Amino acid sequence: MTTLNIEHASRWFGNVVAVNDVTMTIGPGVTGLLGPNGAGKSTLINMMGGFLAPSTGTVTLDGETIWRNESVYRQIGVVPEREAMYDFLTGYEFVVANAELHGLGKAEARKALATVEMEYAQDRKIGTYSKGMRQRVKMASALVHDPAVLLLDEPFNGMDPRQRMQLMDLLRRMGTEGRTVLFSSHILEEVEQLASHIEVIVAGRHAASGDFRKIRRLMTDRPHRYLVRSSDDRALAAALIADPSTAGIEVDMAEGALRIQAVDFGRFTELLPRVARAHGIRLLTVSPSDESLESVFSYLVAA
Amino acid sequence: MYNPTVARLTYRALLGRRRALILFALPALLIVIASAVRAFNGVDDQVAADVLGGFALATMVPLIGVIAGTGAIGPEIDDGSIVYLLAKPVKRPTIIVTKLTVAIAVTMVFSAVPTFVAGMILNGNGQQVAVAYTVAALVASIAYSALFLLLGTVSRHAVVIGLVYALLWEALFGSLIAGARTLSVQQWALSVAEKVAGDGLVASDVGLPVAVALLAGVTVAATWYAGQKLRTLTLAGEE
Repeated sequence: MTTLNIEHASRWFGNVVAVNDVTMTIGPGVTGLLGPNGAGKSTLINMMGGFLAPSTGTVTLDGETIWRNESVYRQIGVVPEREAMYDFLTGYEFVVANAELHGLGKAEARKALATVEMEYAQDRKIGTYSKGMRQRVKMASALVHDPAVLLLDEPFNGMDPRQRMQLMDLLRRMGTEGRTVLFSSHILEEVEQLASHIEVIVAGRHAASGDFRKIRRLMTDRPHRYLVRSSDDRALAAALIADPSTAGIEVDMAEGALRIQAVDFGRFTELLPRVARAHGIRLLTVSPSDESLESVFSYLVAA
Repeated sequence: MYNPTVARLTYRALLGRRRALILFALPALLIVIASAVRAFNGVDDQVAADVLGGFALATMVPLIGVIAGTGAIGPEIDDGSIVYLLAKPVKRPTIIVTKLTVAIAVTMVFSAVPTFVAGMILNGNGQQVAVAYTVAALVASIAYSALFLLLGTVSRHAVVIGLVYALLWEALFGSLIAGARTLSVQQWALSVAEKVAGDGLVASDVGLPVAVALLAGVTVAATWYAGQKLRTLTLAGEE
């Protein structure tokens, strides 16, 4: 059992608060750290990886402080987001060097390269690699000492769908083997597909925590706004407001449209076409007006 | 305190980059100058000492020191690839001492060896001038490497600061202002050379015991501090 513990951790850079009083526990299995760009995911991962001291609070691995403690790296493997590697080395030389720094050797390096299926290009210089290949060699370097904890910062960035699927399979396997795998992403679908547990970070704060069903529910069971244009806006408005799934309707004269606030997402999406048909009203436009991920996230923070 | 893998990576990074060309260009320039002086001027102990003191020790050694010292760690910190060294159960001071060893070795090879060769060309080591300046280059290599390695650890502008120090402080102020000379690696190294060379050919403003103490003190303090800085080096994310 290897558990990462973050307790009331905050981190600020000058006047900017990047992580604000976050408390979370990350145990075995795959955990997704979800949040929009700039939410503080990288800062949090850097604190867990021992590359950044928390300004206040503690970050520990099985009770041991991570900051300024090189011995934790026997247990932790890190896959950084940054592209920079030793480009003048071949993939094989790079992974061997990483193995040696752990006191291991060529056999472990070969095994790690096989795990990420990079043997075919291991004798090429890293400088010639595509983004997906770099990502896999980074993975190999992090896996070479068979760590109990794997930290990955935006690992799917720039990968093509096939590479993405391969990496997901690999991480899933690591999770089932009982490793503690944490990866960050700003894409909900990515996190949903892979993580059994999701931690949501927005504007430096811990906004939500749970399995993907719970997070989905939080994201869908919230007031949804729609912009609707129809052949008879007022008749449609009158028919919709009678149903409890609709909380409010505004007739926007300037736009020539209805602004509808729905409280029950599932019920409303089913109601709208049915009501329109029953009243012989043609729907011309139905568009969600706040569907951006940012607004979903900001809703989560306010909740 | 020495990690062969870190050393290997550092050597390849230092000698594989484009700036390594300067490592070859400067010594080549020194040899060309020495050959030209010898050809036009014949053998002259004082001229030999002037060339070795004025170009080799005052300009070439600190420049090579800047390239090797900052280059041993600076680029890795700048681009973030140092993370692969830091995320390992390797003591941070070990990383620094290893990189220092590599920087010293590179600086010595590219500054002391050509200094000796140039000295031999200039006057065939008459009055021990070649050996004296080679010894000076060797001891200066150690102190410069430690200083510039520290600079590479603490600043993103290490090369610029290092060049300003090497060219303005050591080469210019050092020759104009007496006080600056006391705080100059070059003068400390000259003080050591003074003991080796024949009378009056090498002069330093600093006495030998002080010079040796300062050389050792600066090297140890800079190395220790760089180790401390690396322990608390924070790699800011891209956010």
